[in-house]
Amino acid sequence: MTLDKLLIVGAALFCCGLYTVMTRRNAVAVLMGVELILNATNINFVAFSFFLTRMMGGQIFAIFVIVLAAAEAAVALAIFLRMFSTTGTVEVDDADQLKG
Amino acid sequence: MIRYAYIIPFLPLLSFFINIAVGKRLPRKGDWVSLATIAAGLAMSIGIFIEVFQAYDPNFKYHVVLPWIGVADRAVFNTGILIDNLTAVMLLVVTIVSTLVHLFSIGYMHGDPRYNRFFAYLSIFSFSMLGLVLAESFLFIYIFWELVGLSSYLLIGFWFEKKSAADAGKKAFIVNRVGDFGFLVGILIIYATCGVLGYDDVFRAIGEGKLSGTLLTLAGIGVFTGAIGKSAQFPLHVWLPDAMEGPTPVSALIHAATMVAAGVYLVGRVYPIFTPDAFLVIACIGLVTLFITATIAVAQNDIKKVLAYSTCSQLGYMILGLGVGGYTAGLAHLATHAAFKACLFLGSGSVIHAVHSQDIQEMGGLRKKMPITFVTFLIATLAISGVPGFSGFYSKDMILGAALEFGMKSQNPLHMIFFLGALFTAGLTAFYMFRLVILTFFGAPKDHHKFDHAHESPPSMWVPLAILATLSFSIWYSGWFGTLIQKPKSVAGLAAISAPAPIATMEHAAVMGDSRGPAPAESQHEKAPSHGTSAPAGASRDAVPATHGESHDGASHDAHIAHMAHSYAMYSSVAVGALGILLAFVVYSLGWINPARVANAVKPLHKFLLNKWYFDELYEATVISGSKAFSRGLAWFDLHVVDGLVNLSAQLGVFVSFLIGKFDNYVVDGAVNGLASVTTGSGSILRRLQTGKLYHYVFVLAGGAVVIFLIKAF
Repeated sequence: MTLDKLLIVGAALFCCGLYTVMTRRNAVAVLMGVELILNATNINFVAFSFFLTRMMGGQIFAIFVIVLAAAEAAVALAIFLRMFSTTGTVEVDDADQLKG
Repeated sequence: MIRYAYIIPFLPLLSFFINIAVGKRLPRKGDWVSLATIAAGLAMSIGIFIEVFQAYDPNFKYHVVLPWIGVADRAVFNTGILIDNLTAVMLLVVTIVSTLVHLFSIGYMHGDPRYNRFFAYLSIFSFSMLGLVLAESFLFIYIFWELVGLSSYLLIGFWFEKKSAADAGKKAFIVNRVGDFGFLVGILIIYATCGVLGYDDVFRAIGEGKLSGTLLTLAGIGVFTGAIGKSAQFPLHVWLPDAMEGPTPVSALIHAATMVAAGVYLVGRVYPIFTPDAFLVIACIGLVTLFITATIAVAQNDIKKVLAYSTCSQLGYMILGLGVGGYTAGLAHLATHAAFKACLFLGSGSVIHAVHSQDIQEMGGLRKKMPITFVTFLIATLAISGVPGFSGFYSKDMILGAALEFGMKSQNPLHMIFFLGALFTAGLTAFYMFRLVILTFFGAPKDHHKFDHAHESPPSMWVPLAILATLSFSIWYSGWFGTLIQKPKSVAGLAAISAPAPIATMEHAAVMGDSRGPAPAESQHEKAPSHGTSAPAGASRDAVPATHGESHDGASHDAHIAHMAHSYAMYSSVAVGALGILLAFVVYSLGWINPARVANAVKPLHKFLLNKWYFDELYEATVISGSKAFSRGLAWFDLHVVDGLVNLSAQLGVFVSFLIGKFDNYVVDGAVNGLASVTTGSGSILRRLQTGKLYHYVFVLAGGAVVIFLIKAF
């Protein structure tokens, strides 16, 4: 187990998340892509922390990110619920009422 | 007691504030507050006078100075009080007359709608007058000088519903202003040259020669101008007769006994600064006034107008007395005149109160109805006429003596006119005063309706009359007055060529160097240790005691002249006085000569006198219409030149605004609109980037990140 392998895993996961965000029209799916990106960063945090510093800063930061992701998911899902109840859909392309 | 003298003026001031604020709600509308405070002042004045009298020293002086305000260390102005014999006498005169007038007013003003206000005004007047008397510097006498002017204005115009009263108040104020301006100029000359304002400091500075010659004469005349205004001397005498529109107690207090005497007091107070030329001016003014106003008084039919003109005339006597070197004489006449003229005025008030008329043609026979008023009025008339045994004789005789002495010692024979004019007028005074008494109290009543209604006044009115009549006997004044009130040493000094105080002394001084007279001279000299170094300095010092008897020949010659002058003056004044009284009885009582026919025979003269020498008309034609024309000129200037300038600048403003408006419309608005259209234009292009598609944004985001990464990598 080396740092390189872990970074490759993180990069792959990031690319998967990015791809999901770019291609999916459903807001919930986009949110899931964002979660993947966050977890890719978590892997990088932990990997760098473990291999380079031997201190627990990265791990603790990862826990913060997880908490933040949970909060984000809660807020985002609440927004989608409101969106669904007003427009009847959660397609991100349809949420363009504020576009000039 | 003398240490608490500063309290005296503040007592009436306190009563003024009380009466003006809550007087209406006090029991009896607050008259007792004013009366009590002024009576307390009287008590203190009597105490001070007794103290001064016990010292019995011609040079007695109590002087307190406190710093008042100042600009850094420069120009420090002091306050304080100065009490010498003159002050003590004046305090007594003012408080006595004032107290009696307060008492009289309780009866006279009874039922007036502004009763409390009247007493408040009396109090503020008393405050100002007492402050004026106690002042120790030119600055403070000027302040109080203006305050008495103000209170006089308020009291003359007390019945301001009457247009004539309101006008008289304004006239008094404005005419006084003219005199006060001269006073101010005099003070400013003194301050500019000497740099101090306290009497003693100024006298010392002038003695050191800081102010001398013509400028000193001008300063003296300037200060005297204030006295001309306040003491109603020619040519500013026109306000006093009109001032009779005020309530009669006011006429008695202000326009007979105290305020008008302030001018005389001022001249006496600053006596040392006058130069011989200034004295000559003072004497001339006094002579002209006493003659003109006495002739006017002969032809008047209004009881108060007659008294007013006689007041002017008597003030002229005082001024003449001071001008010819009779310091004691002038001030003695001030004190005696205050008592008998206040008595005459209050007596006339009592008469007016009884018959509700001021026209002596409508009176007559009142002596049976108003015995007390009659007797007191008669006593005061005898006093003013100069009958021996009464106070007026004592003081007027001294003035005539001083005038004669001046005339005899002067090398200019024209100077005898001072004596002759004053003597003739003394006869005239006796004539017109007895004319007044006869027409009012003797003979048969001319208007029966008014006569039947006449009645003796209540005690609050006749008690003051009785007291003042008692004070009209010469016994109260003779003796001590001449000893205590002595001519101060002149500091104007040296220009003594035609000095009222004697040419003769000049010569002695030149001959004798520093030899001086005995006792009376010594007392004068205490403050001038370096004497006799030069002839003029000797002259200035010897000039003073010349009239008091000297050891050397010249002085005994002087004393001889003085003695002779005084006995001649006495005999002649008694003679003309008697002649005047006799003539009055012949004309008005016995009817041997019909006054109407005499008036008809000299019709132009009678008309001239009746119209008061046309002074009012003269001023109307010159000063008043002159200033009106000047005002019209100024109005024209204002309307055309000043307004023209204003209008021009307004048009200029309109034109400039027009230009600025164009600039605003085209340049500023153009810039603003241009900015707006540039913003809209660029906005319509850039809005196309904003697709609203999430994946577009993410794509650009990721692409950008890749680009940045590539740039960093290579």
